[in-house]
Amino acid sequence: MALKKEVISIFVDNQSGVLARVVSLFGRRGFNIDSLTVSATNEPTISRITIVFKGDDLSLAQIISQTEKLEVVRNIFTLEKEGSLFRELLLLKVKAGKEDRTTVKEIVDIYRGKIIDLSKESMIIEITGAPEKIDGLMNMLSCYEIVEVCRTGITAIERGWQEKEKQND
Amino acid sequence: MKFTGSQIVAEILLEHGVDTVFGYPGGAALNIYDALYEYRDQIRHVLSAHEQGAAHAADGYARVTGKTGVVFATSGPGSTNLVTGIATAYMDSVPMVAITANVPSNLVGRDAFQEVYITGITLPITKHNFFVNKIEDLPGALNDAFRIAGSGRKGPVLVDITKDVTAATMDYKSRKMPEEPKKVSGIDAEELKNIADIINKSKKPLVYLGGGVRAARAGEELGAFLKKGDIPAAHTIMAAGVLDADDPHNSGLIGMHGTIASNKAVDNADILLAIGTRFSDRVALNPKKFAKKATRIQIDIDKSEINKNVLVDIGMVCDAKDFLTALMPFIEKKDRSEWVGEVMELKKTTGDVKCDDADLHPSEIIGTVCDMTDKETVYVTDVGQHQMWAAQYLKHDKTCCFLTSGGLGTMGFGYGASIGAQVGAPGKRVIHFTGDGSFHMNLNEACTAVSQQLPIITIIMNNSVLGMVYQWQTSFYGNRFSATEPGRKTDFVKLAEGFGLKGFRAANMDEFTEAFKKALKEKGPVWIECIIGKNEKVLPMIPAGGTVEDMIIG
Repeated sequence: MALKKEVISIFVDNQSGVLARVVSLFGRRGFNIDSLTVSATNEPTISRITIVFKGDDLSLAQIISQTEKLEVVRNIFTLEKEGSLFRELLLLKVKAGKEDRTTVKEIVDIYRGKIIDLSKESMIIEITGAPEKIDGLMNMLSCYEIVEVCRTGITAIERGWQEKEKQND
Repeated sequence: MKFTGSQIVAEILLEHGVDTVFGYPGGAALNIYDALYEYRDQIRHVLSAHEQGAAHAADGYARVTGKTGVVFATSGPGSTNLVTGIATAYMDSVPMVAITANVPSNLVGRDAFQEVYITGITLPITKHNFFVNKIEDLPGALNDAFRIAGSGRKGPVLVDITKDVTAATMDYKSRKMPEEPKKVSGIDAEELKNIADIINKSKKPLVYLGGGVRAARAGEELGAFLKKGDIPAAHTIMAAGVLDADDPHNSGLIGMHGTIASNKAVDNADILLAIGTRFSDRVALNPKKFAKKATRIQIDIDKSEINKNVLVDIGMVCDAKDFLTALMPFIEKKDRSEWVGEVMELKKTTGDVKCDDADLHPSEIIGTVCDMTDKETVYVTDVGQHQMWAAQYLKHDKTCCFLTSGGLGTMGFGYGASIGAQVGAPGKRVIHFTGDGSFHMNLNEACTAVSQQLPIITIIMNNSVLGMVYQWQTSFYGNRFSATEPGRKTDFVKLAEGFGLKGFRAANMDEFTEAFKKALKEKGPVWIECIIGKNEKVLPMIPAGGTVEDMIIG
């Protein structure tokens, strides 16, 4: 069966140890996770976990039905590409002295990134956007010496109105 | 009224109808045990020799009574000793609430004496667990624990309470738990009719039932369904005893040591209706070839079981009893005697090959035990060869009277579970089958059976080797008996006397029958050591990953 990438949103009780429960389950069942982010929501008792999962339909169904069983999980659903917005934040430190500075800045400008730190030898770039855009920038910068990369992983939200209802299920 | 945390624990137990608990005290649990002393007229506490025994006892108690078993332990080693018992209950979906005391909250996280992070340790082996370090959270956590343990697919829940919470006080008003209305599964009427339709059209349907049918207490409904549709049924070890062993539709145990009848039937069936079972690797030994000719239908209360191990064509999330009750009216009365005959004919062919290195044989021992006990008897096993023999040869005929560690396969489960079973069903005869390997693991619980005066009869099948592993080494490892010939010199008769109970030894059938007759008259626990041959095998056998084609019969 074909492997595909799925973004899953999980609403959980905002209490200590919740992340450990979710991660322990993934570890025990051997689910393959590309990235995982946790964030607060507008409801203080609820947090949102967004995971990017690679697998076939069967393992996707397993991860959802197993996660659903956790007491702390209020709701879980996959986010369809068309109806959702996926964003990531990237902080990247690149080695760039005076001869490279302008060309790196040009690339960063095209991707609508920001240069948030500058030294004689290096610059730090900040960019948010869809994962493909971040991959694109990384690719363009790969011919320079990248010193450090920090990528948050995807956080995602559905377009339109349905969001509110899901959270309160 | 002001209550201490410990009194609240006792009050909430009473609210949930708990009158019996198992456990072992300790420093952090002193306050809780002080409250148990105060409530001793209403809550019976059974003290074990080791916390593992207490956990298995709570498990056995739950399996026999259908109620949630409760076990207490202190912090640190007290709670880690529960782990195997909790994992056993988790794998077999047994409702259990484990209450552990932890060090005072100001010491938590400082590696205090007897401190352990038990909620972290039990994360993957409980349905849920709670760490309570504020007394306000205590009633909610305990009530939730009982709700979670006893609902849906049942299982263990752990509540860890810091010592300061057990001493703190708060206003609490005890209340009677309202009877929770039984949740009826939301059955999709169309899907149900579709399933009935498929079954009605089928020429060779087979039911494959597991522990879920037993947990739902749906034996009668299943029996009626099989009769009406004239459909044979194969059961997992967890469902042994759901159908009468002699039921004309019961083809017997399925899987690695299952009957030829059941394993052939699953291979030839055109419909496989799996109810409350997970297609485990001991049944669907080769998941790709399991029931390959059949349309596979799976009914389970736990959605995550559908398609987990073997792909099915239709899955329905539903309680087994609700499903069978709803399905019944749509099932046409049929005569499938040709198919049933084809399946049941093979039930006569067993793998009972007696080895001649001893005069006593497991099949005869078990047969005699069945003949000399009534239908209400509770049979408990440990894990290994004797467990499989018990599953194969016992004439099970009452739901919930066969207690075995099916999922985790816990050697040492048996004695603790027998204690729980006998405490939970004082009027019933409890027979514990064990091997010399399993029994050596937790025989310390004999002191509990003695102090509680529980007339458990333990039948030790002593072949002087670790039989199941020894069998595999014989069959698959060229007789390289690595660590399976312990060379022990344990004198079980003397050991029994040392514990203050009666012990017998039998080397042939006459001796066994004589000893068993005497054992039945004893008021307290009894052991009968049975000398069997080390070459006695569990047969038939399908090797791991194999199919019915690879079956070893004799």
